[in-house]
Amino acid sequence: MTKKTIIKILDLTKIYGLGDIQVRALDNVNLTVTEGEFVAIMGPSGSGKSTLMNILGCLDRPTEGKYYLAGEDVSELDKVQLATIRNKKLGFIFQSYNLLPRVSALENVMLPLLYDSMQDISGEEQHDRALKSLEAVGLAERVQHQPHELSGGQSQRVAIARALVNEPVLILADEPTGNLDTKSSVEILSILTKLHGEGRTIVMVTHEDDIASFAQRIIRFRDGRIDYDKPNGHKPVHLYKKEVDHEL
Amino acid sequence: MNSRKVFRIAWEGLTRNKVRSLLTMLGVIIGVAAVIIMVSVSAGTEATIAEQIQGLGTNLVFIQEGFSRMGPGEKQTGSGLTMEDAEAIKENITGVSGVVVEQNSSETVKYSGTSMDEVSILGTTVDFPEVRDMTIAEGRYFSQTELDRKTKVAVLGATLAEELFGDGTAVGQMITVGTVKMTVIGVMEEKGSTGGVDYNSNVFIPITVSFTKFNYDPFARMTGNRVRMIYVAVENEEDIEDTIYQIELLLAKRHDVSLDSLDFTATTQDDIIETQESTTAAFRSLLGWVAGVSLLVGGIGIMNIMLVSVTERTREIGIRQSVGATPSDIRWQFLTEALLLSLVGGLIGVASGIGGAKIFGALGDMRTVVSMSSVFIAFSSAAAVGVFFGYYPANKAAQLDPIEALRHE
Ligand SMILES: Nc1ncnc2c1ncn2[C@@H]1O[C@H](COP(=O)(O)OP(=O)(O)OP(=O)(O)O)[C@@H](O)[C@H]1O
Ligand SMILES: [Mg+2]
Repeated sequence: MTKKTIIKILDLTKIYGLGDIQVRALDNVNLTVTEGEFVAIMGPSGSGKSTLMNILGCLDRPTEGKYYLAGEDVSELDKVQLATIRNKKLGFIFQSYNLLPRVSALENVMLPLLYDSMQDISGEEQHDRALKSLEAVGLAERVQHQPHELSGGQSQRVAIARALVNEPVLILADEPTGNLDTKSSVEILSILTKLHGEGRTIVMVTHEDDIASFAQRIIRFRDGRIDYDKPNGHKPVHLYKKEVDHEL
Repeated sequence: MNSRKVFRIAWEGLTRNKVRSLLTMLGVIIGVAAVIIMVSVSAGTEATIAEQIQGLGTNLVFIQEGFSRMGPGEKQTGSGLTMEDAEAIKENITGVSGVVVEQNSSETVKYSGTSMDEVSILGTTVDFPEVRDMTIAEGRYFSQTELDRKTKVAVLGATLAEELFGDGTAVGQMITVGTVKMTVIGVMEEKGSTGGVDYNSNVFIPITVSFTKFNYDPFARMTGNRVRMIYVAVENEEDIEDTIYQIELLLAKRHDVSLDSLDFTATTQDDIIETQESTTAAFRSLLGWVAGVSLLVGGIGIMNIMLVSVTERTREIGIRQSVGATPSDIRWQFLTEALLLSLVGGLIGVASGIGGAKIFGALGDMRTVVSMSSVFIAFSSAAAVGVFFGYYPANKAAQLDPIEALRHE
């Protein structure tokens, strides 16, 4: 059985600034990611990683080139259509968690369901699905906590639960451990690894080799181009392995 | 997204910042309350005028000393209005059913142990009950003979009689008015106040007695029988303009002045009502403007806070957009917030406006009438203000770029 293609980008270019100073944040990028892959994207600062993630996440549109998400051409969609794609097909995890302040973990996780205009999910079902999502990241005890009552690691787990709740075809994580200590990073990675094990497609940006070593495939960017793209030969680093075993 | 969800999101947005929401509403609350209170004041004034029309009838001509038709630099000549003028009108003008002259003073009235200060003493003529549409409950009114002879007789208002004599009979008793002993010959039927004047607590005496015993007006003292106002009741209301002309001719001749420079004015009840109505209309439109401006200020307050709120919550907007909120979802959220602010503010404003109008009416001597239409207009303008001033900030929020919004600190 051939696996579905989740991401297919063709000659993707993103140019910032329409005036005299133009920045080619992405320069003719071609990339294909199939269902169930766990991809780490690396590269120096300013190499275009976030720019790519924003386009993959339908938060932004390419200047040139095509982007097919799960077979659908999304490079020409308007704002409303992009919002609907984000709502139904994508889960985004940010470096800075991006949870709504003064709102409980549960309600934060319910948020994508609230904006699902196609299905108009009942309040009860929203609640149940958000709860299940929080259980999946091990936060069943913390559903009523507000972001300021949660640690960084816990906040990021709420964000993962929110990214999962709409059953997305693709999970995008831009430096998900960038604000976290080693122990919390390991927690987050173990959850992502578990999700990968369940067959989910994940694209994650990271600066750290140790974090990248959890992925299946590593793509390195340089000046808006793919420097190399290869399978990850290493097992997750021994140091982490130990802690992961300990944690799980 | 359905409206219930939009409402919930907006409601949660507002309750998360209760103090600010309340302060934002304050402008609308004051605006709506101001509209209701101000309209109630002018409606109260109009109701009073309406009662004056009913109370006094439209067949009266008022003649008063006045210089309104005198040219600049001219001095008052003649001796003003006198009792004789009144008598001349009664004798010479046809179609007149009654002529009344009044002179007011205020005295202490005593009967055995009871003493009442500052009772209104109204010196009048015999036509008074007819012209003022008052009836006698007990006894009788004084006669022309008693008037001519300056007999010390008194007719009491219903309330006053009750206060002085209780259940006992008043007619035939002696009372002391100021220092003058007078015989009570009649008691008036109770009557609602007309034109803001309550005649139920008055003592009615022959005006001739009033001139000799209670005349404190220095001018009137010199001339002896000078009066401020003569009331003329016309038999036929249609003839009123003609009667006025005849009166003007007669008095001009008596006062030796030309028709172009009369030293008195003869007006009808209609004229007075018209003047008063145009005054209230001006008053009302002024109040309307003031109230409208305060609602406008309330609306600008909402817009101001909503703009601040949109800037402050840029990141929240970015987060919502990142999980799939469309521009219209965001627009509706903020528009609903603005609308909720103005509606809740409007409701509180209606409550405090009605309450305020009641308190105003109870405390001051201003009469207030709360009209449902003013409540409705005030409330719906508050809602309109919310939509109008909420739209710009809401649209601004909807147009934010998700990436920039997420990057916002
Ligand atoms: N909104 C923007 N306007 C103009 N230039 C931009 C904008 N966003 C990004 N850039 C530029 O595009 C290039 C790529 O930026 P991007 O954020 O994708 O880098 P990155 O690889 O994510 O870096 P980092 O590791 O620091 O997060 C940079 O040169 C950056 O300055
Ligand atoms: Mg980046």
